[in-house]
Amino acid sequence: MMTFPWISSLTALPLIGALVVLALGSKNKALVRWTALAFSLVALILTLAIWHNFNTQADGFQFQELRSWIPALNVEYRVGIDGLGLLMLLLTSIVIPIGMLASWQIEKRVPLYFALVLVLQSCLFGTFTALNFFHWFIFWELGLIPAFFLVKLWGGSGSSKAAMQFLVYTMVGSIAMLMSFLAIFLASGTFDFTELANLAQSGQLMPAVVAKLGWHLLTPEHAAMVIFFGAFLGFAVKVPLIPFHTWLPSTYAEAPSGTTIILTGAMSKMGLYGFLRILLPLFGAEMQRVLTLLLWLAVATVVLSAYAALAQKDLKRIFAYSSINHLGYCLLALFAIVKFTGGDAALTSQKFAAMNGVFLQMFNHGLTAAILFWFIAMLEKRTGGLRGLNDFGGLRKVIPVFTGLMGIALFSSLGLPGLNGFVGEFLIFKGSFPLVTWATSLSVIGLLITAVFILGILQRVFYGPLGEKWAHLPDLTLGERLTLVPAIGLMFALGLYPQLILGVVNHTAIQMALHLRNF
Amino acid sequence: MTWIVRNLWLIPVLPLLAAGISALAKQKSRALAASLAIGSMACSFILSAWAFAYVLSLRGSGELTQQVFNFRWFQFGNEGLSLGWVLNPLTAVMLVMVTFVGLLIFIFSVGYMEHDENFTRFFCFLALFAGAMLGVIIANSLLLLFMCWEIVGLTSYLLIGFWYSKPSAAAASKKAFITTRIGDLPFFLGIVWLYAQSGTLLFYNNGTGCLEPASIAHLLGQTTSIGVCAATGIALLIFCGAIGKSGQFPLHVWLPDAMEGPTPVSALIHAATMVAAGVFLVARVYPLMSAHNGIQSTLTTSTALQVVTWIGAITALYGAIIAVAQYDIKRILAYSTISQLGYMMMGLGVGGVSVGMFHLITHAFFKSLLFLGAGSVIHGCSGEQDIRRMGGLWKPMRITFVTYAVAMLALCGFPLFSGFWSKDEILHAAHHWNISQAPYYMGAFAALLTAFYMSRQVFYVFFGKPRLAEESDDHAHSHAPTDTVEHHGPSTPHESPAVMTIPLMILSAFALLLGFFGTPAWPWFQSFLDGTPLALNFGAFSEGGILPVMLTSSVIVLLGLGLGWWFYGRRPIESAEAPDNFGKLLPPIFTLLGHAFYMDALYGATIIKLNTQLSKISDWLDRWVWNGAVKTVTQIVFGLAHLDNFLDTHVVNSGFDEGCESVSRSGHILSRLQGGRVQGYLKIIAGALIVFTILLLWKAKI
Repeated sequence: MMTFPWISSLTALPLIGALVVLALGSKNKALVRWTALAFSLVALILTLAIWHNFNTQADGFQFQELRSWIPALNVEYRVGIDGLGLLMLLLTSIVIPIGMLASWQIEKRVPLYFALVLVLQSCLFGTFTALNFFHWFIFWELGLIPAFFLVKLWGGSGSSKAAMQFLVYTMVGSIAMLMSFLAIFLASGTFDFTELANLAQSGQLMPAVVAKLGWHLLTPEHAAMVIFFGAFLGFAVKVPLIPFHTWLPSTYAEAPSGTTIILTGAMSKMGLYGFLRILLPLFGAEMQRVLTLLLWLAVATVVLSAYAALAQKDLKRIFAYSSINHLGYCLLALFAIVKFTGGDAALTSQKFAAMNGVFLQMFNHGLTAAILFWFIAMLEKRTGGLRGLNDFGGLRKVIPVFTGLMGIALFSSLGLPGLNGFVGEFLIFKGSFPLVTWATSLSVIGLLITAVFILGILQRVFYGPLGEKWAHLPDLTLGERLTLVPAIGLMFALGLYPQLILGVVNHTAIQMALHLRNF
Repeated sequence: MTWIVRNLWLIPVLPLLAAGISALAKQKSRALAASLAIGSMACSFILSAWAFAYVLSLRGSGELTQQVFNFRWFQFGNEGLSLGWVLNPLTAVMLVMVTFVGLLIFIFSVGYMEHDENFTRFFCFLALFAGAMLGVIIANSLLLLFMCWEIVGLTSYLLIGFWYSKPSAAAASKKAFITTRIGDLPFFLGIVWLYAQSGTLLFYNNGTGCLEPASIAHLLGQTTSIGVCAATGIALLIFCGAIGKSGQFPLHVWLPDAMEGPTPVSALIHAATMVAAGVFLVARVYPLMSAHNGIQSTLTTSTALQVVTWIGAITALYGAIIAVAQYDIKRILAYSTISQLGYMMMGLGVGGVSVGMFHLITHAFFKSLLFLGAGSVIHGCSGEQDIRRMGGLWKPMRITFVTYAVAMLALCGFPLFSGFWSKDEILHAAHHWNISQAPYYMGAFAALLTAFYMSRQVFYVFFGKPRLAEESDDHAHSHAPTDTVEHHGPSTPHESPAVMTIPLMILSAFALLLGFFGTPAWPWFQSFLDGTPLALNFGAFSEGGILPVMLTSSVIVLLGLGLGWWFYGRRPIESAEAPDNFGKLLPPIFTLLGHAFYMDALYGATIIKLNTQLSKISDWLDRWVWNGAVKTVTQIVFGLAHLDNFLDTHVVNSGFDEGCESVSRSGHILSRLQGGRVQGYLKIIAGALIVFTILLLWKAKI
């Protein structure tokens, strides 16, 4: 059972799908769409099988595969998952079919579109399972290329510019990260995450790097900070952390909604995943050194993005800023976890709560944001692309089912108890408050402003008198309702029984939080 | 543990299930939705009565009157998060009140909402509300209470905005949700703080709960960096939630606007139950609220309770003052509710749980009766809500009039009516408060105003010349959608159907008699809640200054009613256009009161303006500062890249072969790398990435 290369198969599957889809050609568009969807659903089933066989109590990585690859560079192909990796696999497997369904109405170069989506899925799987920096970075970078073309070729009028901004931005971040890792590699001779983490744990990593680099102009601490900053930049751009975020609103707004779903649902998690998998174990001490700054940035991310969302008139831009806001809570909790080292039992238990909260929030944000952009895709389909806050009014009268279901998703985004958004936020605040009281207290402003703009959407789009123009807007079709039911059902299930996810990730959360004990 | 304790969860879950089923039902299944809601509420009422009887029987047997059932919700780290429910006298009293009043209002709604096209949705939301509200009551965990509390807020939002096509309703619902959320966020921080300090959010758990003595002692021992002890800080943060939910000053502004909702909603949610949830919350966490350092004696009051008292007293007076100058029948009642909620808070602060809770219970009956009566009036006047356009309604609407009069006298605190006993108890406690006498005088003056504005309203609505007919028909039409959506029947006032009047009659019996359960001579209610022994003792009237306070308040009530009669009843009001008889004495002040001290305008000019400005600044920062910085950097990088590209053109061309060769010599290169020639390697990588970027740029331009 365990000898079967589950993870490599899972990563390869969408890639094969992409080739198949391209081979089908553009004659039969329906066939192309259904084939692509079928591949993504098989990937989902495969992920669920892995989920089922995952041992929630085991330490370290599971489903590991290890192959020698470039012996000269000491590069191995090593993949495996822990609770976090598994959670991200599941999220990706759920978000990609949603993105495909929301892209159903695309008529231009259909095979290429779906092939690129599948390639992107492969890259995401690869990123979330790689345990060696070498091929992790390849997946990380390669994922940019399909994303770039999806935004550029199928997006709105400003998509070329947005795609370019997205690419250059993330590329700069990636280059900075690559530099840092090359420096680390040269000093340590390894790209393996576990080995690097162990070196960092024993306090040998940074001295070795500094000694190797021989940057005599800088003190060892400063040199370490430079290395840290390079790696940090790559992830901070991806999440994003204010002020490294300006690529995001225009990219999300200009991308076709199906692509936005994948960008926000799955790709934005690559940044947080990097924080958790790489930055926290390797650079804990460096993060601690600039913690005050980081906390302020996290608070700024939470608060300013919420306020910026309030100022937007385009629904997609609102949700884009809302995405930044939601992931800002994750960053707040991450930085809070770094604040204290040592084995104080009370603080450790707060770290466990915060870490679990981060995991839960990552998944829930992915799910909720994907569903919200899905609704926008359905709205655009009905209105010929209109999605301005002031373009509508009183839609609830003509499309009550649409309103009701989107209302559920909106309230989930607002963090209403009983729906998926609440528990993650609660755990984040519960864990962060005792660790970083003031930053956490300031962050609740974000919760308030989120309510203001979400209710603003309901008020302006769905409430009020019905505009003449929309008197015949069709409500959700039976097909749309049936595809939405599982997604909405999942929101309720996770809101009422978060143990579904926490049961799987808790052990990993404990281990990760404990790893931070000494640096 | 008996069956009823183990299955107490059924009480909130039954209405929730009803809501779930009718949410999935078709719009046309009106009967299904109504019978599901009413049926589930009836079952919950029976179960509540059972629970109540069980608590009563426990008292007799001398067992512990606090029964809890806890369960684990989820696990994180090495601990679990538990939720649970608790059955004690406080739970039992609230359960019976909410299910009973709720049931009557549900039945009333069948008649009231008969013509509404979203009838099904209405009962779905009502049932959802009932489920969440009952969840707040039984919760044995502050987290579970907060979760239900938020869902209650959601249903309030949905029901205020029930006639969502009206922009005013849409705005009012948003305002209600956001204003209460402003209070909920400090509440949320209070919860996480409490969790961090005491390690649990369960109220009672065999001595380890957060309200039990060990935890309270621990909280009192913790001092924060700002010098407040943790218990006080947490209690005040939690109280912020109560301020928002219970319409206390300064977060009361949403409650008058909430009258945009259908009148049964105003009766159930914005008079009897949800707005009282804040009072209930303070009562529930009373051990925390009343915790204080130093010598434990009845003579000291904790800082938190002092704040509760002052906020309550200010609200009681403030609401009553404004109610004097309102013309909308429901807005008068809304300000009256604000004022009465202030009384309850004050009662909790000066007298304890039973004092505040007794007024909560009596108020729930007479205030929901007033709202339903107002609904019946509005229904009978085809949607008219302005009291100046009513008049003389006692004749066509006798049942409504009589029941309304009972409720009004109960609210004023007319001797022997239920409000008399409960309000008197608060005033009596305030009179004996050790900190200050001011709340007593504020409360007494508010009582005078209450009698005055209620008699003003009754004289306007039920006496004088009928003024509805003199209005042109189109006026009635333009007002029609404000409440009963469909304009039906003649525009002459008419009595409402039995399905609406019977609940009125039942409620009026309670408004009249309920007070006798808590008289000084036979304080059954107080002994039930506080667990003190009960005895019939008429001598109690003469003890502890009870009688003077009672006489004073009776005189105050009679004075208020007399003033009301002097201004509005002495000469019948002739015309809808006539100026207010009291208002014309002091027109500027009356206008100021009519606009509720311009609080909305003040908030609009300060907080809302600030918010808008902040959002504009954030947007501006985004567009110009962050993005500008990035663009500048990009320009520099591109400039350098172009330069590099120009220089490297033939390097790249001729370097290709060299590159292939270098791959074959990789061992050699690697040895060079490991030899420490970092700069060279970094340069190669950077160059490659820049070329790759430029290649993509060039490609993208095609």
